[in-house]
Amino acid sequence: MFYAYFRINEESGEMMTALLTMTDIDYRVGEREILTKINLRLEKESNLMVVGPSGSGKSTILQIMARMISPSAGQMTFDGHDAFTYDPMVYRRRVSYCFQQPTLFGKTVADNLNFPFEIRNQSVDEARQHELLAQVNLSPDYLNHDITGLSGGERQRVALIRNLIFVPDILLLDEVTTGLDTDNKAIVHSLVDHYRDRGGTVVWITHDESEIAAADDLYEVVAGKHTKEVRHA
Amino acid sequence: MHNAVNVNNVSLAFAAGLVLVALFIGWRQKLGVDRDMIIGVVRAIIQLTIVGFLLKYIFAVNNVLLTLAMILVIIFNAAYNAMKRGKGIPNIFWSSFWSILISTSVTLSGLVLAGAIKFVPSQMIPISGMIASNSMVAIGLCYRNMRTLFRDQRQQVLERLALGASVHDSAIGIVRECIKTGMQPTIDASKTYGIVSLPGMMSGLIFAGVDPVYAIKYQIMVVFMLLSATSLGSVSACYIAYRRFFNDQQQLITASDNGKQS
Repeated sequence: MFYAYFRINEESGEMMTALLTMTDIDYRVGEREILTKINLRLEKESNLMVVGPSGSGKSTILQIMARMISPSAGQMTFDGHDAFTYDPMVYRRRVSYCFQQPTLFGKTVADNLNFPFEIRNQSVDEARQHELLAQVNLSPDYLNHDITGLSGGERQRVALIRNLIFVPDILLLDEVTTGLDTDNKAIVHSLVDHYRDRGGTVVWITHDESEIAAADDLYEVVAGKHTKEVRHA
Repeated sequence: MHNAVNVNNVSLAFAAGLVLVALFIGWRQKLGVDRDMIIGVVRAIIQLTIVGFLLKYIFAVNNVLLTLAMILVIIFNAAYNAMKRGKGIPNIFWSSFWSILISTSVTLSGLVLAGAIKFVPSQMIPISGMIASNSMVAIGLCYRNMRTLFRDQRQQVLERLALGASVHDSAIGIVRECIKTGMQPTIDASKTYGIVSLPGMMSGLIFAGVDPVYAIKYQIMVVFMLLSATSLGSVSACYIAYRRFFNDQQQLITASDNGKQS
């Protein structure tokens, strides 16, 4: 049985289908149990916040969602099908994972923003790059900027729009605002809001109170186990 | 040929005195290599004596299958030694074996078809040894660099995978860098031939009394041959080996997974 794959909307009475579900997910490294019986349901266009103390397994949950690692046991569905039946490359283009400490590659910002086009064998759409740069308050000139000269906030913004050049179904954000100042946080929030306005689904890991307050749903993990789920009306 | 080298057992015994120089340095500088040096010298004498008699027999028999079997033994040993540089990479012996087999067979075929050498054991076996040993060194360098780069650039590879890149697109930068590392010593050496070093084959021929102008033709052939061998060996080893850093779920295998993550 997949965890709560179907659910009735309490207001409309309509049956809702989950975009992603995790059922009895375990993750072990050797003898060490990192996650135990994780059950989770993610609806389309929702904004799920995964919270919990450091080392509780939050990032592991997101990495399993992104199929960057595979669970030791349990099932996961995506868009109504077993998530592991999708080609990993195709899947990761639809479920996009952003790292807490992103690494930019190549020499310039353009090398990073061209990469999503290159791996799809598509010609670079500069208009799309400019549009996303504008959304994070960076001018088109930034395309030619050397990545070594970027501030921490700029690097995070570039990394984030790299994930959004082609709009994914789910955006997984692993503490992407940690260490950013208020202005940079606001820019990141604005970008994520814009993505959500276009029907995007977001899963965040955060310790930021304002981000937690803005979440639709809260999912708490302590010591690798799900302890509490709060669904906002 | 009147200057041809003639090492008799007495002169060889006197030459062995040179080992004492090395042993003295090792003892004086407290390097702790005395035992290794003695074992190395004894092994070299035994191995070379055995191979000398073996080659004498194979050259005399002049049998195609025996020649090919000897070449396979050389390739097997080269692969086994290259494997040691790739410790931690799963199934690395077979990656090495196929790579050295490809580089040796393609290069040898090219030389035979071009008429540079004849398919006789006295030419095929020494040339195979040169090709396989250079491929072995190149592949060893590739593996060592690959392990380092996959560790140092781990986060970049993960970022690329997370963006939906294929395993190939995630690792191609590392693969290219490793191929270059494998080929670089041969490229560098070819630039200095004649002005810094008189390389092995040329020196050997001159030593045996062959006209130096004639000897350089063979050395030029060796330059071509080694460039082909190290490039083929490096390319095939890198393209086979880099995939071993990923599992069937196109995930980067970590040291803690020990290659068992599914």
